[in-house]
Amino acid sequence: MAARTLFDKLWDAHLVKPQTAATPAVLYIDLHLIHEVTSPQAFAELRTRGLPVRCPERTLATLDHSTPTTPFDDLGQPVYASEEAAAQVGELEKNCAQFGIRLNGWSSEHRGIVHVIGPELGATQPGMTIVCGDSHTSTHGAFGALAFGIGTTEVGHVLATQCLLQQKPKTLAIHVDGALPAGSSAKDLVLHIIGQIGVNGGTGHVIEYRGSAIQALSMEQRMTVCNMAIEAGARAGLIAPDETTYAYLRNKPYAPQGEDWDKAVAYWNTLASDADARYDREVRVDASRVAPTVTYGTHPGMVVALHAPVPTPASLQERRALDYMKVEAGKSLIGMSVDVVFIGSCTNSRLSDLRDAADVLRGRTLDARVRMLVVPGSLAIKREAESEGLDQVFRAAGAEWREPGCSMCIAMNGDLAKPGQLVVSTSNRNFEGRQGPGARTVLASPAVAAASAVAGCIADPQSLLQEQAA
Amino acid sequence: MKPVTHLRSHTAVLAHENIDTDRIIPARFLTTTERAGLGRYAFNDWRYNADGSANAAFELNKPAARGCEILVAGRNFGCGSSREHAPWALLDFGLRAVLSSEIADIFRNNALKNGLLAVVLSESEHRYLLAHPGIELAIDVAAQTIELPDGGRFSFQLDAFAKHCLLTGVDQLGFLLSQAPQIEHFERLRQEAA
Ligand code: SF4
Repeated sequence: MAARTLFDKLWDAHLVKPQTAATPAVLYIDLHLIHEVTSPQAFAELRTRGLPVRCPERTLATLDHSTPTTPFDDLGQPVYASEEAAAQVGELEKNCAQFGIRLNGWSSEHRGIVHVIGPELGATQPGMTIVCGDSHTSTHGAFGALAFGIGTTEVGHVLATQCLLQQKPKTLAIHVDGALPAGSSAKDLVLHIIGQIGVNGGTGHVIEYRGSAIQALSMEQRMTVCNMAIEAGARAGLIAPDETTYAYLRNKPYAPQGEDWDKAVAYWNTLASDADARYDREVRVDASRVAPTVTYGTHPGMVVALHAPVPTPASLQERRALDYMKVEAGKSLIGMSVDVVFIGSCTNSRLSDLRDAADVLRGRTLDARVRMLVVPGSLAIKREAESEGLDQVFRAAGAEWREPGCSMCIAMNGDLAKPGQLVVSTSNRNFEGRQGPGARTVLASPAVAAASAVAGCIADPQSLLQEQAA
Repeated sequence: MKPVTHLRSHTAVLAHENIDTDRIIPARFLTTTERAGLGRYAFNDWRYNADGSANAAFELNKPAARGCEILVAGRNFGCGSSREHAPWALLDFGLRAVLSSEIADIFRNNALKNGLLAVVLSESEHRYLLAHPGIELAIDVAAQTIELPDGGRFSFQLDAFAKHCLLTGVDQLGFLLSQAPQIEHFERLRQEAA
């Protein structure tokens, strides 16, 4: 057989019917993640047609996008931002009950952001196809699973048939060699990559991240890198599974156990791209050149190293973006006044992210002008962080320690910035108004975000960390 | 879905590049459980001023854009989220086609599934349309062509299945459901291999 890439192997293993000149491929889906925002219209369609859910056991639901992250009220109930949001959650609860789908709802210990709980439970496994009505489904590619976002019509397709109609995408290898400098994180790496290939650099492609710098990343870091594959326009991001993957998954609640585990690992070991496999495109990135990186504009490709000057706008578009952001070309962002700091989202809300932020904040307090929200990605992460005392570090600094959810990443649950406010955010999108109408977003790593909260302006965490070490 | 075969309309132009799905419909309007009625939120934060009045400077609020069904948008239209609310909102707003030199994958997929023609043109064709707002175009889905007022013609790519679905108004779920025997066969083979 011809040499195949990791993507080819995943694709071939799930082909119910190959693509023809007249019809797309029929691809089998192993795991379907659903949440309250993009599923109601799909269930309505099933009802209209009188269709059952084909594989409820391959479907996993959570509440995350429009759910409040504030404490429960005196009756132990969540306090929704609107009646509509409450109704939407009620709809998912009803749909899951009616169709026999597992829901990690309000009473579940497994509640959290859909792309955080999948891996955490071991539901996300190498070799799988995973979809969700959410573009950041690419996160799960960190495990060597073919994982991508779909629209609501397709959510209906998967509920009804466990399959999707797909045109085969192209492949793009991103080789990342060299070592990340101390002080640079996975977030800096992925922002750097998007800056290099552009917000449309991956359109039509599945990215496979390869190379020594990728192999050296932890699972949580790999998830950060795959999470933002969609911000380069890619269908999915992939990393071949290895010992790091297996060590993370072993003994997770949904992971295979005993003999099944050994069999699974033997299969997972066959998934890596063959040595002579060909990609449609290849790009090289030197990890040793990745500095702490932030966005300065209104899409995730407008990035700049923290200490480097913002580039002169090359188009009317970029000029508008700079005006919106109130950013000046030729100067770095260091010292730019900050109103809100958000630590959270499926990009950077895992335990290691919270630790990174807490390391900077320990023994310090926020600048008086800054509001800071820390929103763990799941209830499990919240509990672990609390057992390590991280919540105390955040609280003592003056930050708000919240219940898990998407929160200010998408700002549809009541957590949002005011018009004109500048938010340093560990999330993944800096689109105009993403964090509230008129809000301005600078994407950054947890360490840079935390340092900016202390300084009251965009700041480098290095000096704070050195002080602490001294 | 109603069949989409021909479309004749003048164009409105939004030349901005990278118009993302939060621009097309901000996330705060996604708490709905319906797919109807989203047109009033299309391009919400561009269309309205902070006090709720119409923003007269926004291209689609200008008298010339009234009734226009074809949007010519800057490169990389529809990037960002997978929300199908984006094409739902555009269709409900009255648009029937979006033309650009590049359209984000998930948006394009969602659009075609709802009968919103998402058409990718070459850079030069795109540049021409951006430079000539308001001209009348005639789109022929079967022939995969766009006719210009001067008789000139652009042709575009469309995958055979999406085209078939547009022309016949057939929906893809019907096709998938008809694959049930193959799906069962696939599941059986996997079970045996395990
Ligand atoms: S955290 Fe943000 S990007 Fe992630 S699933 Fe939630 S809304 Fe989407």
